[in-house]
Amino acid sequence: MKEYSQATTQIKGPLVIVEQEQPASYGELCTIQYAGKKVYGQVLVTSKTHAVIQLFESSQGINRDAKIEFTGKPAQIGLSKDMLGGIFTGMGTPINKQYAAEEYRDINASAINPVMRMPPDDFVQTGISAIDGMSTLVRGQKLPIFSEAGLPHNELAARIVQEADMKGDFAVVFAGLGITNEEADYFIEQFENSNTLQRTVVFLNKASDPSVERIITPRIALTTAEYLAYTCDMQVLVVLTDMTSYCESLREVSNAREEVPGRRGYPGYLYSDLAAQYERAGVIKGKKGSITQLPIITMPQGDKTHPVPDLTGYITEGQVVLEKGLHAKGIYPPINPLPSLSRLMKNGIGDGKTREDHSGVSDQLYASYAYAQELRQLISVIGEGGLQEQDRQYLRFADAFEKQFLNQKQGREIKQTLDIAWELFRMLPKQELKKLKPKHVEEYL
Amino acid sequence: MNKITHISGPVVHATIPQASINDIVHVGKEELLGEIIEIREDTAIIQVYEDTTGLRPGDPITNTHQGLQVHLGPGLLGTVYDGTQRPLSALQDIFLPKTNTQPSLSHEKKWFFEPNIPQGTEVREGMIIGTVQEHSFTHKILVPPGVQGILDEIHTGEFTITQQIGRVGRTPLYLAHTQLVRKPRGYVKRLANKKPLITGQRVLDFTFPIAKGGSAATPGPFGAGKTVIQQQIAKWSDADIIVYIGCGERGNEMTEVLEEFPHIKDPRTGEPLMNRTVLIANTSNMPVAAREASIYTGITIAEYFRDQGYAVALMADSTSRWAEAMREISGRLEELPGEEGYPAYLAKRLAEFYERSGTVETYSGMVGSISVIGAVSPAGGDFSEPVTQQTLRLTKAFWALDASLANKRHYPSVNWLMSYTQFNLEKWFEQEMGPEWNELRQKTLRLLQEEKELLDIVSLVGVDSLSREQQITLFTARLVREDFLQQNAYSDIDTYCPLQKQLLIIQAIWAYDALLRESTKTMDEIRTNKATQLIGELKNTPNEEFTTNPTEKSKHIRKKLEEGLRT
Repeated sequence: MKEYSQATTQIKGPLVIVEQEQPASYGELCTIQYAGKKVYGQVLVTSKTHAVIQLFESSQGINRDAKIEFTGKPAQIGLSKDMLGGIFTGMGTPINKQYAAEEYRDINASAINPVMRMPPDDFVQTGISAIDGMSTLVRGQKLPIFSEAGLPHNELAARIVQEADMKGDFAVVFAGLGITNEEADYFIEQFENSNTLQRTVVFLNKASDPSVERIITPRIALTTAEYLAYTCDMQVLVVLTDMTSYCESLREVSNAREEVPGRRGYPGYLYSDLAAQYERAGVIKGKKGSITQLPIITMPQGDKTHPVPDLTGYITEGQVVLEKGLHAKGIYPPINPLPSLSRLMKNGIGDGKTREDHSGVSDQLYASYAYAQELRQLISVIGEGGLQEQDRQYLRFADAFEKQFLNQKQGREIKQTLDIAWELFRMLPKQELKKLKPKHVEEYL
Repeated sequence: MNKITHISGPVVHATIPQASINDIVHVGKEELLGEIIEIREDTAIIQVYEDTTGLRPGDPITNTHQGLQVHLGPGLLGTVYDGTQRPLSALQDIFLPKTNTQPSLSHEKKWFFEPNIPQGTEVREGMIIGTVQEHSFTHKILVPPGVQGILDEIHTGEFTITQQIGRVGRTPLYLAHTQLVRKPRGYVKRLANKKPLITGQRVLDFTFPIAKGGSAATPGPFGAGKTVIQQQIAKWSDADIIVYIGCGERGNEMTEVLEEFPHIKDPRTGEPLMNRTVLIANTSNMPVAAREASIYTGITIAEYFRDQGYAVALMADSTSRWAEAMREISGRLEELPGEEGYPAYLAKRLAEFYERSGTVETYSGMVGSISVIGAVSPAGGDFSEPVTQQTLRLTKAFWALDASLANKRHYPSVNWLMSYTQFNLEKWFEQEMGPEWNELRQKTLRLLQEEKELLDIVSLVGVDSLSREQQITLFTARLVREDFLQQNAYSDIDTYCPLQKQLLIIQAIWAYDALLRESTKTMDEIRTNKATQLIGELKNTPNEEFTTNPTEKSKHIRKKLEEGLRT
């Protein structure tokens, strides 16, 4: 560890500006000691005379006498398979058990060479019909859950973690970003009750923790996930909740730096920054393990065009959208399949993976439910009396679809999910089933 | 000695006394690639194409005094590059290293060169001096830019790209040459774009065609299918060469292309599609400055093939990420922002890029073209944002992708009311496909407009208030939407639809419309009718049935429709 004499010239929000005689390197980790405390920071700007340091913790109590040391290295984390079963702070400090690090890695990984990626095509059964049947998750995918305050996204994530069939040596990396104590307790209790904790690594940055620490947490979590996946050959599922809080922290730092803001005050590089996290998912040639990501995004006011869900949607391979209307009707999980999508679905379904009719069934469910939704809007103006008989059949189909297909108390096998869909198709005239292959109609209807 | 003075993300300041704008520099001990983008007295401001973590003020920097270049020659086809032409396919690293160790074109591979002009000929920039065979593709070897004089030496035989094949005066000639990327390659003159780029996608070819040498924009919110439409054009369009730029997009999407293209056969040559494709993959998590460069690298490679007299189609997915890269760099330079934080020169840069498309007479006297299809990813799906709006001013075809269609799984989700094409291709279609093509196109577009008006009425007073004629109009419009405009990219047959088949399907729908107007069947009977089903099955009927004997097939369909309607 190198120590230089530093004079702090300015402290502003999470930023500390210091004079330096020996310049620090860009991205270097440093420690700031004051009043018997030690906090960490990272070099954001460095020049011959000054460095701008971003603290990962609150700047409360720091004064110009604080002692700053540069470590000469970017931020790193010690890694070991023994981290499984561990609960850590958002900075990676162990809470419930200690471990001996096997190796140390920079928490900002370089980009994966696209040529070394394998297309993800292994079906993951989550047990949830709306996902398995219509927005299928595959191993190595990044599939966010778009939700709003008041909707059961945490329950859904906890359930997927417990029930998902990842095939092979399965591990979970959970990163809580600005979550409440109650939410943190809920997840840990769920992991403990279902015996998933011993194959889980939990990183907790709570709502009461310094918000800038949140910028580090996903990076630490994903570095751990990469170690478990590509060094320990495990199938890793990463849950990041809530990415909206993460982005707010980025905005806080950006505003403190007086950067030119992009939309809604978020920094112009929000897309690149989010991509640097989300793209750390996938399957790699010659490696047995994989990383699947399940980030959770709460959309302010349910607004999908808000920068966080919007940019996320441009990076991730689809999204699962929870909807208030369905929640109000008592449908659980309240997944609206229409705006939901899995871009990698076609690779993970069909003969030999799920069932030959899967793709047709999914397309037909979409088309029919979408048409019924239009009719629902129509009858709000002209009343049901104005509809033809066939259209009334569609409305009955939509009600049954929500109650029998979307709504579920227990997990379902994929075959069960598909069979329920065929039950529902019987409510529609046969010639309307244009998306299904005739030979599947003969066999399953 | 040049030294770094300041580092902020991808932007580095350094004292370089003899700097010129766009000089390429090697930054720090690791010699990261960078480019000078601004000069303030003795300080040069540099955008670095790699992650700058670990750089320190005082680290050395060397100026190459040359601009950003690409290496052009045999071996480009089938290769995957990053934004600065680093050959990703030659790297075995899982995580990308910061410094390049591999040449852009293989130095070992030997090519058989056959000259097509004799020694002693006077040559100049862009002339063809011979050919090598790259798979079944005839790669023409061009005189490099700036070279002119008497061809003093030229040899036949096997050469690597580093072995001399000839000489003009004192200038040695090789199979490959370098080219600056930010400056367009020259040509004799621009020509009118008269032929369509045939994509095999009905909604594009029939309703909103693009010309070879033209440009088109496909804006759409996420999930609307921008990438699928770009990939479909890359797969099935009748261009000779495809340059596909994945600019700031998903890593897995590039993998998909890499996995699929070597296995799909080009319907015209029977060769794997990969053999006519150059891929530029600068995924969203790769350094942002290299993303800015990727568009220039791509279009320069496209121009090189254009100058050999080929039709090139270039896909840029997505130009919004490119614009964002400019915004990010501009922000770091503390430039005054224009609209939505984008730099004020956004419009100029977009124009410079799209204007490199076109049909030209090349220096070798041939005709070559570049068609550019740019995806745009508007924030929040709002088309009024600056990148979409500036792009619309430059492109003549506009394919608006619509989330509400995508939600219904109506793909390709090209909105038929918002999209347009300004290319005048009617003459070509009339000559090649007959006068009916243009007539039916007009009629179909009118029908879809009429449908919208009728649906507005229906949403107020219900469908029963419409006359039988109007109900048939609605019914035909539905057939057009579902059985013609919708096309399944993942169906083995429907993924590619030849023009002849496009014409026969739309003819069948209109023939059926006419028959229905004469019949007395109720709407419910029509819906369940066998003939209705037959229309729906057409797109999944093998393409050869339509192309081998179109007249016969047309008669056959009509007979079937009449029969169906009688039952």
